[in-house]
Amino acid sequence: MLDKLKDFSSHFFVTGEPMIYGADVAILLTLAGIIFVLTYLKKWKWLWREWLTTVDHKKIGIMYMLSSLLMLFRGGVDALLMRMQLAFPQWHFLDSNHYNEIFTTHGTIMILFMAMPLMFAFFNIVVPLQIGARDVAYPFLNAVSFWLFFFGAMLFNLSFVIGGSPDAGWLSYPPLSGMQFSPGPGQDFYIWGIQISGIGSLASGINFIMTILKMRAPGMKLMHMPLFTWSVLASCIIIIFAFPVLTVTLALLFIDRFFDGHLFTMTGGGNPMMYINLIWMWGHPEVYIVVLPAFGIFSEIVATFSQKKIFGYKSMVFSMMIISVLSYFTWVHHFFTMGAGANVNVFFAITTMAIGIPTGVKVFNWLFTMFRGRIQMTQPMLWTIAFIPCFVVGGATGVMLSAAPADYQYHNSYFLVAHFHQVLIGGVVFGFFAGLYYWWPKMFGFKLNDRLGKWAFWTWNIGFYVCFMPQYALGFMGMTRRIYTYDFDMGWGPLNVISTVGAFFMGIGFIFQAWQILHGIKYGERDVTGDPWNGRTLEWSIPSPPPHYNFAVIPTVTGQDAWWTIKEERKKKKAKETAAFSPIHMPKNSGIPFIMSIFWFIAGFGLTFHWVWVAIFGLTGVGACLLARSFQYNSDYYIPVDEIQHTEDSVGRVG
Amino acid sequence: MHISKLIILFVFITIFLAGCDSRYLILNPQGAVAQKEYQLIIFSIILCAIVVIPVLGLLVYIVLRYRDKPGNKAPYRPDWDDSKRLEFIWWGIPIIIIGILGFATAKTTYELVDPPKKDVKPLTIEVTSLDWKWLFQYPDQDIATVNYVEIPKNVPVQFVLTSDAPMNSFWVPQLGGQLYTMPGMAMGLWLQANHKGEYFGSGANFTGEGFAHMNFKVKSTSTKEFNQWVRQVKETAPALTKADYNSLAKQGLSLEKSYSTIPKGLFQETVIKNGGQYYSQHHHMKNEDMKTMNVASDEQAHTQHEHQEGGN
Ligand code: HEM
Ligand SMILES: [Cu+2]
Ligand SMILES: [Cu+2]
Repeated sequence: MLDKLKDFSSHFFVTGEPMIYGADVAILLTLAGIIFVLTYLKKWKWLWREWLTTVDHKKIGIMYMLSSLLMLFRGGVDALLMRMQLAFPQWHFLDSNHYNEIFTTHGTIMILFMAMPLMFAFFNIVVPLQIGARDVAYPFLNAVSFWLFFFGAMLFNLSFVIGGSPDAGWLSYPPLSGMQFSPGPGQDFYIWGIQISGIGSLASGINFIMTILKMRAPGMKLMHMPLFTWSVLASCIIIIFAFPVLTVTLALLFIDRFFDGHLFTMTGGGNPMMYINLIWMWGHPEVYIVVLPAFGIFSEIVATFSQKKIFGYKSMVFSMMIISVLSYFTWVHHFFTMGAGANVNVFFAITTMAIGIPTGVKVFNWLFTMFRGRIQMTQPMLWTIAFIPCFVVGGATGVMLSAAPADYQYHNSYFLVAHFHQVLIGGVVFGFFAGLYYWWPKMFGFKLNDRLGKWAFWTWNIGFYVCFMPQYALGFMGMTRRIYTYDFDMGWGPLNVISTVGAFFMGIGFIFQAWQILHGIKYGERDVTGDPWNGRTLEWSIPSPPPHYNFAVIPTVTGQDAWWTIKEERKKKKAKETAAFSPIHMPKNSGIPFIMSIFWFIAGFGLTFHWVWVAIFGLTGVGACLLARSFQYNSDYYIPVDEIQHTEDSVGRVG
Repeated sequence: MHISKLIILFVFITIFLAGCDSRYLILNPQGAVAQKEYQLIIFSIILCAIVVIPVLGLLVYIVLRYRDKPGNKAPYRPDWDDSKRLEFIWWGIPIIIIGILGFATAKTTYELVDPPKKDVKPLTIEVTSLDWKWLFQYPDQDIATVNYVEIPKNVPVQFVLTSDAPMNSFWVPQLGGQLYTMPGMAMGLWLQANHKGEYFGSGANFTGEGFAHMNFKVKSTSTKEFNQWVRQVKETAPALTKADYNSLAKQGLSLEKSYSTIPKGLFQETVIKNGGQYYSQHHHMKNEDMKTMNVASDEQAHTQHEHQEGGN
């Protein structure tokens, strides 16, 4: 009995790696620390009432943001470990197996558990405020989405210490990811971690489309919407078409693994190429899902800090919409070398190049927004300006990759690694950083320190070029991606050392940012105006941080840049009209999203270990939660007028 | 700020000056196929530069000129947000550039389907990616090698690729771009070496633990030397038996090896064993390769044949 237990636990818990023991200890200590602090400060109730059960989109946004920054840390540590291993030829720091697990988790985490949730953070925090709404269309569903993402991510991360991490790459191609070549729970962690959070993403996509279409303030026509909101709409349209594909693909992979389904193995009539097509039908649009909102963020920032209207608004909207459609017609460029034939390759090469056109147009529009403006070098603007050259070069290497026969030479090489990091970091990460600095005062009511911000900015940017420019060269030298070691005589050593140094610079940049946040919490300059940047859109018309009902009185919109217009009018009239309040209808908090997601987590865990009873228990719990929700009748309430009056009088605002 | 610029400059210089260095395999093509791809690469770089450089210049100019500084006399027009003429330019120019690049891409793509040289009888080499090694079979010479290949220079070589393990990708940068090796499928890749020499080859698609060690050498020699080498292998190397193959196919690394004969039909068997019969459609070779595939059933060969004429 005892022996059996020992044997079981030695398979169940990942053993034999000092780093993992370290992680075990760290996880236990952190958990103990959290429990202790919460108990000591008697914060359990507060945590439950204010956060775990909240349906307030702003709080959900903040939770998305915090979890995603944590995941950026984890993915970043992964990146540094890999860069350490690659710094020198024939270096023994990580072994092959460990390296494979790390690049797999790094890629998956960065895209699905860092970029996606950070994007949802902005959707949540900004969209309702920009369109003059009090909440999203389905607040309860919104909470469900968040908790599904959160527990999906937790399930995925658990693989590090329990059962073993997936190691077949972030897109898990079969047959490598099938039972034969990847026995053990790693791949199933991958499948269920993504699957659970993916359901949440799909729900968010629907939620925000409805929010944008249905909840806009009176008078706000579609062509009056701020460009960030437009970018969210474009991104959500892609989400609702792309994520079902992902769900189905992963479900099929699971059928292969669990029921020995032979969908993706040739023997038995399946076909691995089918998987590769399917996964990229999601995978390519996915990169536009995360980059379009970044474009939206840049559009807001560039107008605000050039103190000028955005240039070519209609072009901007049009180009985003074209991108969201075209993004579905380029997926084959990820496997030009799979031999689809010349006609197919030519078609997809040209569609891929074509998507560069609307993207390039956006760059020109940003440039001409600055042209004849007055550019203020604030932190958000710095990141925006740094984004432009980075993205232009990354886009150009993307066009180079799209020339199919040339891609035969770049495919799976470090040239590709450099390219996608350049667009993902230069486009998505810089964009989201810019957004964080921009909306931080709105979210928390204080600004982040400028000096620390400049340090973070420069270390990140220098680090970026030092890290990734040599990788283009390494690609030309024939270095393939996903190798954990290489020989001396290839001459790849020097450039790899440089690249690793650059990666550490970015790590330092991240530390500056963490420091900046802690510094800000303590000393941050308060924003009492609600409009610290002299903004143009409606989120700046309310106090920072906004009261939980957002707008005491819903504004009436007459054109683009609604808040700017209101300010101009006020200047003319020199008086501020005081509107009468009326009771506000709000949704009630609910514990169900949180509890239901825990059941999903249990179900996912059971499926991962192929423990059918645990899975059934979890799914029953999910069903019970849904049932409970359908019997919940009083799920909303009204805020009385005097409470609104009271809140409005007390929030920090000089108006 | 000064230091940062210096560092960036330094990085660029290392990369671009070093480009002439022969270690930059892709920039030093040694065969007709790689040459074509190299030309397309250079052409695409030039076309991209036509857009990228002015944009970077414009960015620097605009940011410097329109900064919000006291006393900045540059025009400030906060409501100017539209110009049809400007937008026409930046929709139009990229469309033209993409048109040109698209045309060049299409041309090269179609060219690479055919053998690089038409007047020389091509050599066929059947490549199987295994966990984690490369098996090369020469059906006409009836020899095989592991983890190295020898080819005659100036002779087009048709590599027929499959896999008896997770899919990999066969890549010899100086001779030409890569193509996937997939279980149950056989695809053709033309390569040719223009000079004598030794070239670096590797597996480019991740296949698990031993993946990083899946390198091989491609040695190009004169036809005479090649024939000598074949004779030598025939005389000195052991025969490849089914049992040898099965042990090669097991997971693990391997040194370079040579074999004096190969079991008849081994390559086809590998393809069919992995499900080839279901996917005879998926087959991207030209007619010449059919010779080597004739062990497969007649009907199958027939479907394959039709597919090629229509599909390629
Ligand atoms: C912050 C600095 C970063 C560094 C130093 C870094 C470094 C790396 C390295 C060394 C690899 C493995 C390359 C290989 O062996 O093939 C990799 C792969 C990858 N990275 Fe990053 N990365 C960073 C940020 C990001 C970000 C922000 C994203 C996405 C938003 C990202 C997405 C990916 C993906 C998708 C892969 C491919 C994983 C795979 O091959 O399965 N990385 N990165
Ligand atoms: Cu793509
Ligand atoms: Cu295939």
